[in-house]
Amino acid sequence: MRAVIRVAIAACVLLVIYALQCGVQAGFTEYVQRIILLAGINVILAVGLNLINGTTGQFSIGHAGFMAVGAYGAAFVGVQLAKPVHGALGSGPLAEAIVFNGALLAGALFAGISGLIVGMPSLRLRGDYLAVVTLGFGEIIRILFNNATFLGSATGYFGDDPSGLPAYTNFFWVFAWVTVIVILIHNLTFSQTGRSLTAIREDEIAAEAMATPTTRLKVTAFAISAATAGIAGGLFAHMQAGVRPEDFRFEKSIDMVVMIIVGGLGSISGAILGGIFVAVSLELMRDLQQYRLVLYALLLIVIMIVRPEGLLGTRELHHLLRRKKAPKPAAPTESS
Amino acid sequence: MTQLLQQIINGLSLGSIYALIALGYTMVYGILKLINFAHGEVFMVGAYTGFYAAGALGVARFEANNQGFPLYLAILVLLIAMAAAALLGMTIEFLAYRPVRSAPRLTPLITAIGVSLFLQNVGMLLFSPNPQRYPAILSEVRFEVLGVIVTNIKLTIFAVALCLMLGLHLFVQKTWTGRAMRALSFNIDAAKLMGIDTNRVIRSTFAIGSGLAAAGGILFGLDQITINPLMGVLTGLKAFVAAVLGGIGSIPGAVVGGLLIGLAEQLTAGYLSPEYRDAITFVILILILLLKPEGLLGVVRVEKV
Repeated sequence: MRAVIRVAIAACVLLVIYALQCGVQAGFTEYVQRIILLAGINVILAVGLNLINGTTGQFSIGHAGFMAVGAYGAAFVGVQLAKPVHGALGSGPLAEAIVFNGALLAGALFAGISGLIVGMPSLRLRGDYLAVVTLGFGEIIRILFNNATFLGSATGYFGDDPSGLPAYTNFFWVFAWVTVIVILIHNLTFSQTGRSLTAIREDEIAAEAMATPTTRLKVTAFAISAATAGIAGGLFAHMQAGVRPEDFRFEKSIDMVVMIIVGGLGSISGAILGGIFVAVSLELMRDLQQYRLVLYALLLIVIMIVRPEGLLGTRELHHLLRRKKAPKPAAPTESS
Repeated sequence: MTQLLQQIINGLSLGSIYALIALGYTMVYGILKLINFAHGEVFMVGAYTGFYAAGALGVARFEANNQGFPLYLAILVLLIAMAAAALLGMTIEFLAYRPVRSAPRLTPLITAIGVSLFLQNVGMLLFSPNPQRYPAILSEVRFEVLGVIVTNIKLTIFAVALCLMLGLHLFVQKTWTGRAMRALSFNIDAAKLMGIDTNRVIRSTFAIGSGLAAAGGILFGLDQITINPLMGVLTGLKAFVAAVLGGIGSIPGAVVGGLLIGLAEQLTAGYLSPEYRDAITFVILILILLLKPEGLLGVVRVEKV
């Protein structure tokens, strides 16, 4: 019975997203639609990054690297999958859905594995090594893609078709994935494992004393976070017909960090708001390109000095709306 | 054999630049436990200050007349850049790091990333994003020893770096401020109780580290011929890896780490492929984190609650 209800709810949600898609396609110009899609992709990035940077308190500043792995992985697998699947099922929407989601999952898998490789050495230790290693990784991965001839080197990967990768990404798929990932991360954050992750953020030594397997949890959270960035990368790749190494520069990682800091480190709703904020502000500041990063940098510094917990802190929006006392956002304390 | 010697010479001169920058990372980390991400940008600003100072002192005129730039002016350029960077370092510490010094660990880290990003982009606005040719404040003289080409520039880099590092060593070991620095890195609260003005000592730490980075910046400009506003990112990272390799917080460690990273980079470029020269640093970082996280000369610290 329960299962039936759950399936029904899921079907309803998908229907609502589909209805919204029809509305969006009818009601907005292509330009606005693009911003909405980018906002959705940003939300996935921000919610995923927030799991490791906010909830677990381990700072990654190279997530653009995982997004790149996911984007290239999804694009490549998508092209390979397309032939057999279309051969078996024809070229209906079902076949496209299978190819696209298979590609996205493959991209997430690649990104997750690279997350494991990067996370294992750097997360065994306390301190800020993850920040440095991820920064280095983000650069190296871009250099690798720049030199990978079978992925198009510096020009980028556009599939075998001269018109580029098929434009699978639309409102429905972006927001279906946003829903899935937000629910997944939400459930993880408020599960027992999530409590352990918060414990690691608050006091790693105390968490260890309580028999929390800190390294294993940190690496797992990091790999999940990398995998979500991979999904976002795959969606991004199929939105603009191809993947170019310069789409995943250091600026992209900084955009992600800004998303989660504006909204509040450790808050999922904060990350969602931050993702939307960055998508919109990127468009508004299009003419001010060269000043954008100066402003973002100042924003980071000022937020850290004036309101380091960001807009929401570790609270969630629905806690505030319900006026229910949120689980006390314990002020992160330094262990000495 | 000749090629190996050549790579070693190049590696040592590049490595001594990394060592100069790594000293700033390690000193700040030793005291504040903060990875000063903006340090690479201080190095960049130092290089640009030298660039403009040399321009103001008329380096173009000397070049046009085919004369060498006088040595006393070259030293003046170096001192101006070091002073400017020291000032910048103290300003960053005062405006950005001091307000968040007692905040939880992530706050200063994000602030440091913000400062680094800010300086990079202001640098691109002020200095233009295009690479600039570094003025020849030292005219190149080549000579051959045992078939190995040595330039006076490489020797100067090595000599200047060595002098500065010796100076730092004497400063930290012999002066009152140096002793206070060591006290702070040992236990900042106890140092405070002993009547040490921690703000002043931290300020001097930033000033000295930044000055050394600026010297590194000028030497880097001489060595690599061009500079650009983003040069601090990768070089800063490599210097940080050097500090970790040597044992972060340890001053001799930073020197050893810097030289080793420089050697590893040159040998990779020479024997494997120049494309991997940047990647090798991170391979080293990952290996050292896996095998000996306290670094070559670092001490294992017991974690206390």
